[in-house]
Parts: sequence; structure tokens; C-alpha cells
Amino acid sequence: MKVFSGRLRSSSTAAGRGLFLSVVGLAVSTALFVLAVVSISFILLGIGVFTTPVVLEAVRKHANQRRLWAATWSSVRIPVPYRPFPKELRPGVTGQVERTTLMLKDPATWRDLLWLLVDMTAGSVLAVVAAGLMLYPVESVVLAAGLWRVFQDEPYWYMFVPVDSQLTGLAALALGIVLFHVGLRATGAVLRAHFLLARTVLAPARDEELARRVERLTETRHEAVDTAASELRRIERDLHDGAQARLVAMGMNLGTIEALVEKDPAQAKKMLAMARESSAEALTELRDLVRGIHPPVLAERGLGDAVRALALRLPVATEVTVELAGRAEAPVESAAYFAVSEALTNAVKHAQAERVYVDLHHTEGMLRISVTDDGKGGAVAGPGSGLSGIERRLGTFDGVLAVSSPAGGPTMVTMEIPCALS
Amino acid sequence: MRVVLAEDLFLLRDGLVRMLEAYGFEVVAAVETGPELTRALAELEPDVAVVDVRLPPSHTDEGLQCALAARRARPGLPVLVLSQHVEQLYARELLADGDGGVGYLLKDRVFDAEQFVDAVRRVAAGGTAMDPQVISQLLSRRSRDEPMGGLTPRERDVMELVAQGRSNAAIAAQLVITERAVAKHTSNIFGKLDLPPSDDDNRRVLAVLAYLDRG
Repeated sequence: MKVFSGRLRSSSTAAGRGLFLSVVGLAVSTALFVLAVVSISFILLGIGVFTTPVVLEAVRKHANQRRLWAATWSSVRIPVPYRPFPKELRPGVTGQVERTTLMLKDPATWRDLLWLLVDMTAGSVLAVVAAGLMLYPVESVVLAAGLWRVFQDEPYWYMFVPVDSQLTGLAALALGIVLFHVGLRATGAVLRAHFLLARTVLAPARDEELARRVERLTETRHEAVDTAASELRRIERDLHDGAQARLVAMGMNLGTIEALVEKDPAQAKKMLAMARESSAEALTELRDLVRGIHPPVLAERGLGDAVRALALRLPVATEVTVELAGRAEAPVESAAYFAVSEALTNAVKHAQAERVYVDLHHTEGMLRISVTDDGKGGAVAGPGSGLSGIERRLGTFDGVLAVSSPAGGPTMVTMEIPCALS
Repeated sequence: MRVVLAEDLFLLRDGLVRMLEAYGFEVVAAVETGPELTRALAELEPDVAVVDVRLPPSHTDEGLQCALAARRARPGLPVLVLSQHVEQLYARELLADGDGGVGYLLKDRVFDAEQFVDAVRRVAAGGTAMDPQVISQLLSRRSRDEPMGGLTPRERDVMELVAQGRSNAAIAAQLVITERAVAKHTSNIFGKLDLPPSDDDNRRVLAVLAYLDRG
């Protein structure tokens, strides 16, 4: 019974959505298609230059709305393939011409127009079918209940059943029940088919996708090289001013001690103590440096325990939940570790949090991490902030970062990195 | 006293063997890898094991894991773990069985031979030797929100040394006070922190560490 009512609810929702989509498809898609065609053909007359971008922008909004519905209603993901506009367009008529040309050159625009055509025909039909599978059986109930009397003279065709008496009315009802059961199972699938059809038309071609991928890789590679170079510079500077300088001083001290050991043993002893202290300091500095390059716990235990160890060092209560069935590759682990570290530092320093929750788990080929605090919120991932640094670092691995931090808190930083565990 | 030593870097291993022998220990085995350590601990039954956390072949925390496994097989087997870095996570795992005879020190501590050897002896006798850094990390986590049960600064100093596993005599020597004064401070500390009083050196260390770790 529970299964049935669950199915009934989801099928009815799908049917309602189908009905809605068919209306939208017929009305909006048709209107936009006509407007677009007229506007583009008016470019030669001049007026089109001004109307086209407006109309095409509306088309894009319409298509994006459909993408959103596809994702939320049937989990069909349709990529958004529009080329970005250059940041500064010239003002006035030249800018307008430029905009129009750019939009018309974008293959995505033409796919949009093709989709409008498909949506107002095949797309609408599919949507109507989705709705009909649930609505049509209702009619058979009404027919059997008495509406058949109206058709006594001339039979009403309920699919292939001519209804003109109580008996044929009941036959229609039987057919209706069969249809209803088909509908319970198929409505969702038909609605999904509608979105899949949209995807076939709207999704970019393979070479376009590859071009975008190359663009993204070039960008993240530049960033990765930059980050690596500045890291090396930092390490060099730390070694040069820290441990290296201390070792020089120690060597010098030892030389002096050698000379003093017989003349002034008391002074030599004092200097020996200094040398030992200096070596201890050099060790401490090296230890901190190593922690910044690759934390030892990460090497010894992997991401989960490294984050636990990190949490134990924080001055605020931190709860760490880890669900990892293995270890990710070392570079991914390292990037994830430093991302968590930065997020935790922010929580303690800027958000003045009192409790922090860290969650690490791996599902569907994604390492998902969330860092939530009860601080005062208001964190932004703008350029130059620590968060944008994390974003860049994760970008190298096609990872993404999202920050939700309303003023007054709480702040939630979520990260996703595609990777496999071993 | 018979010692098994596990350290993969030749220079350090050599230095430690010399130091321990100079202080009258008998180093029955000085090994390089985890599997060798496991075998030595099982076959030689030493009085104490001095173990580097990171050992080949895996270069992960193999030394620590071998030591923990050996302690499971022989509860209370004295183990002093050395590392280039100290983590509370590891300290917790070492202390978890509550059997005592555990040490966890930074490698830097070998600079001071006397203190280091003292720590080895303490661990061998079933006591505890925690690195001052572990204790100060624990303290720094708590100091922000709690005034540590109203301890006076002197009592805090004493507590830090108690948590490191020092005996009353050693604490008295370090703080330049009498042993009786130390005893008074410790009984005050236990009273203020609401811990069960204990004369047994090791029990009181574990009690204080557990208290600090609770935060």
C-alpha cells in the first residue's frame, strides 16, 4: 500500500509537470522561436541588431530554466555551454553589433533555436503523453459512472472501445485501469525522456566539450605551476634565513670552542650550551617547515588521521567524522589536507567559532569534505582570500569549493574532489 | 638492563647504541625495519624497547604499530617511542591500554643524555615519559576557556611535570623546592581537579593525562 501511494504521488506529480511543460513548450518555445527567426532576419534591415541579443538572451533564460527543471525533476544534467562574453564590450552601436555577432557565432545559440523547434513539437508531445497516462484513466471512470448515457446514439471512442452503453462503459473502465497501471510505472520515465530529448539537442558536441576542457586545463596548469613555484620560493627563503643560518652560526661557535677549550674551559662550556640550544632551535624550525610542506601524520597515516591530528591541535572543540575505505593519491591527500587546514584556521581566527565539525567521506568517485562552524559567518571566497587559494589548489584536481556563510553564521565550506581510493 | 632499539637512520642508531651502552644498558638488538623489530621483541623479551615511529619498509608509522601490537601480545611491555614530531593522536593510542610503561618523546630529547636515559629507565620501570610538547599542547587547548580548576601558577608547573611522568624527587630537583613541597602541591592539584588521590607515580600520571585529554 505504501509503495502504491508513493508511486501514485510521484506519478501524479510527474503528470502535472508534464502538462505544465507541454503548455510552456507550446506557448513559450513557439513564441520565442518565431521572435528569434523574425529578429535574426531583420538584422539586414538594422533593427535586428538591437532586438536579437534581447531575444536570444530570453531564449537562453528559457533553456536554462529547462536545464534546471531537468536536473531537479528527473536528475538529467544538461551542461550550460554558452561562451562567456569578453569583460568589456564597446558602448553604443558598435558594442551592440559585437554582441550580436558573438552570440550568432556561438554554436550554442543555434542549438538553442533547434531545441525550440524540437520542444514545441516532439518535446510537447512527450510531455502531453506523460500527463495523459495519468489523466486519461480518470475519463474512463466518468464514462462508466454514467457519462456513457450522453453517447447512446453516437458511440464515443475511448481509445479503441466504442462507448455507448453501461457494458461498453465498463469495458472502457477496464482499459482505463490498465492504462492507469501503465501510467503508474511509466509517467516518470516519459517525463525523463522529454528531458533526455532536450539534452540530445542542447548538449554541446564532443569537440566543443574538448575545447572547453583544454581551456580549463591550461588555466589550472598555469595556476598549479605558479603555486608550486611560489611554494618553492617560500621554502628556500625559510631554509636560508632559518636552519641554514643557524647551522652556520653553530659551526662558527664550534670553531671558537675548539680554540677556547684549553685557554678558557668555563667560557667554552657556556658556548657549547649555546650551540646545543641553537641546534634544538634549528630542529624546531625544520619541523615546522616540514609540517608546512607535507605533514608527517599525512605520510604516516593518511588523510583521515592527519585531519584528526590537526583537530587535536586546535584550541576549539572539533568533531571529525571520517568515512574513507582507503587512501587517495598523495597529491590529492595533500591538497585536501591543506584545504581543510585553511578552512579550520578561518573558522578559529575569523569566525571565532566555538565548535567545528569536519566530515570526510568518499562516494561515487568523489572525495567530499565539509567544514562547518558555529561562528559569526560572513566569509567570502573573493580573490586574495585564503579560500580562493584553496579553490585554486583544488582546481588542479578538478575539485570544487563552495562556501555558505550568511552574516551571523553558521559557515559551511564544502569541497569535492573527483578521485579513486586504493 | 636489556634494550631493543629500532631506528632506520644509521647515524642515530649508532649514536643511541653508544649512549645507552655508556650508561650501562645492554643493547641486545639494534634493528632497522618493522618486521625485524617485531621478531626481536618476541624472541628477545627485552626490559625496554626504544622505537622510532617511522620505519621501513613502508615508511609509515610502522614502528608505532609494531610497538602497539607487541604490547597487546605482552601487556605492559615497556616501550619508548621516538619521533621527529609529536602528535596527541599517537600519545592517546599509546596511553589507551592504561598499563603504563610508555614513553613518547621528540628525537631532540636525546640531546640531553641524562634526561633521556632517565626517561628510558622510568619507562622500563613501568612509568611514563611524555614529551613536554605533548603536555603543552594539551594545556594550550584548555587554557582558553577554563582556568584549569583554579590552579596557582606553581601548581600548574608541578602538574606539567607530573604529566610528563616525573617523580616527586625529579620535580623537586627541577623546580628547586623540597620533595615535601612537591607532595603538598600534588595533593592540592588532585583535590582541585577532583581526581582520585594516588601515591603510585604511574597512576597519577595517567589520571592527570586523562584529565587534560578530556577537553
